[in-house]
Amino acid sequence: MPEIAVIDYGMGNLRSVAKALHHVAPNRDIVVSADPAVIRAARRVVLPGQSAMPDCIRCLDETGLRDVVMEVVRDRPFLGICLGLQMLFDESEEGPTATLGVVEGRVVRFRDEDMLSASGDRLKVPHMGWSPVRQTRSHPLWAEIPDATRFYFAHSYYPAPADPEIGAGTAAYPTPFTCAIAQANIFAVQFHPEKSHRAGLQLLANFVAWDGRA
Amino acid sequence: MGLAKRVIPCLDIAEGRVVKGVNFVNLRDAGDPVEVARRYDEQGADEIAFLDIRASIENRGLLYNMIEAVADQVFIPLTVGGGVNSIDDIRALLNAGADKVSINTAGVKNPALIAEASRHFGAQCIVAAIDAKQCEVDAWQVYIHGGRTPTGIDAVEWAAEAATLGAGEILLTSMDRDGAKTGFDLKLTRAVVDAVDVPVIASGGVGSLGDLVDGITIGGADAVLAASIFHYGEFTVGQAKSAMAAAGIEIRR
Repeated sequence: MPEIAVIDYGMGNLRSVAKALHHVAPNRDIVVSADPAVIRAARRVVLPGQSAMPDCIRCLDETGLRDVVMEVVRDRPFLGICLGLQMLFDESEEGPTATLGVVEGRVVRFRDEDMLSASGDRLKVPHMGWSPVRQTRSHPLWAEIPDATRFYFAHSYYPAPADPEIGAGTAAYPTPFTCAIAQANIFAVQFHPEKSHRAGLQLLANFVAWDGRA
Repeated sequence: MGLAKRVIPCLDIAEGRVVKGVNFVNLRDAGDPVEVARRYDEQGADEIAFLDIRASIENRGLLYNMIEAVADQVFIPLTVGGGVNSIDDIRALLNAGADKVSINTAGVKNPALIAEASRHFGAQCIVAAIDAKQCEVDAWQVYIHGGRTPTGIDAVEWAAEAATLGAGEILLTSMDRDGAKTGFDLKLTRAVVDAVDVPVIASGGVGSLGDLVDGITIGGADAVLAASIFHYGEFTVGQAKSAMAAAGIEIRR
């Protein structure tokens, strides 16, 4: 029985996530899997993702993994990364597609009219690079990570949860947006912990140690 | 605090090894890519770029193995380019552990490749690499095939088109400055920055830490790429960042 399953629905670079998990938990059984039985048997699950939302959802449906994701997202420590966070929401501006609807709210795009910084510079989209993350509440996944630590982002869309209470972290670009959410056994981040150097590895180590309670 | 400006060391790769040379000749083996990448990672590099300077099909497997080995141990974004011709090439590099893939010659010859790649993999992992050489006052021409073939295409216009096609970033190299150590071509950098709404990485010409500062404060670049000042141990990435911070530039510590 694997300790951690990284869900492989045919999109993006899952290797980075698995490698980073292996780095922080060398003695745990970590699998990248598209097998529903293996995913169901895992103690904890990671849903990564990159590229465009409609493609991600299409791949999830084509691989027949939607049902198993809907199952495991409800009952064990679950980490969503980037598109793996966005897919959890009700809908996305990136295109009409049947997202998972596990978290209430929408995924929206950075708006051109909002992209002027205080100094008058026009900020670029995608938001690409290292931005400080404000921890808006304490959570086991923030353990040992100082507030305002920089994480690596690469995205043009971000989540707008209906219930602000589920927000766990924000970044500013230039307007603050939610970049981490925590809802029961779910923790999900817009940034890439697997590419965020020591802080990212710490977050993944925290996930490996997490009992799934906020 | 906002988005940090990035410092990106660039490694030339041949047959899966780091090489050093002048103008692609007198190449010397300069070490194990994993060791070199780890050193930059420890110094605080924000990303690492790899350029496969031979980019021959028969050596592709060595490149994939190298990226896999680096990605095992270095947990910051990796950008890989050189000889990227197709969607399959991009997929293979991403699967090996690259986070972004830079497209140069193939994108100029077939702009649809950039659009298709962006649709398939997302704009965030498609970088348009542009080699530009000044052809008249305030005008620069795109060169392909590793800088050997002029195209007659205006570099600023091509940058704007590449971004519109779906490139999530522009890696802009001044051929006039490359290896000259006289600083970035700041006019070229500024012209491209003003023409596109995606991040621009300035490349070519860094000889001092002040050059990195100028690339951002005067050129307007979002990231600065350099090779020789880091390779030859003149400066560490940490020293580069300290100089940038002292000039009031936001960096990641």
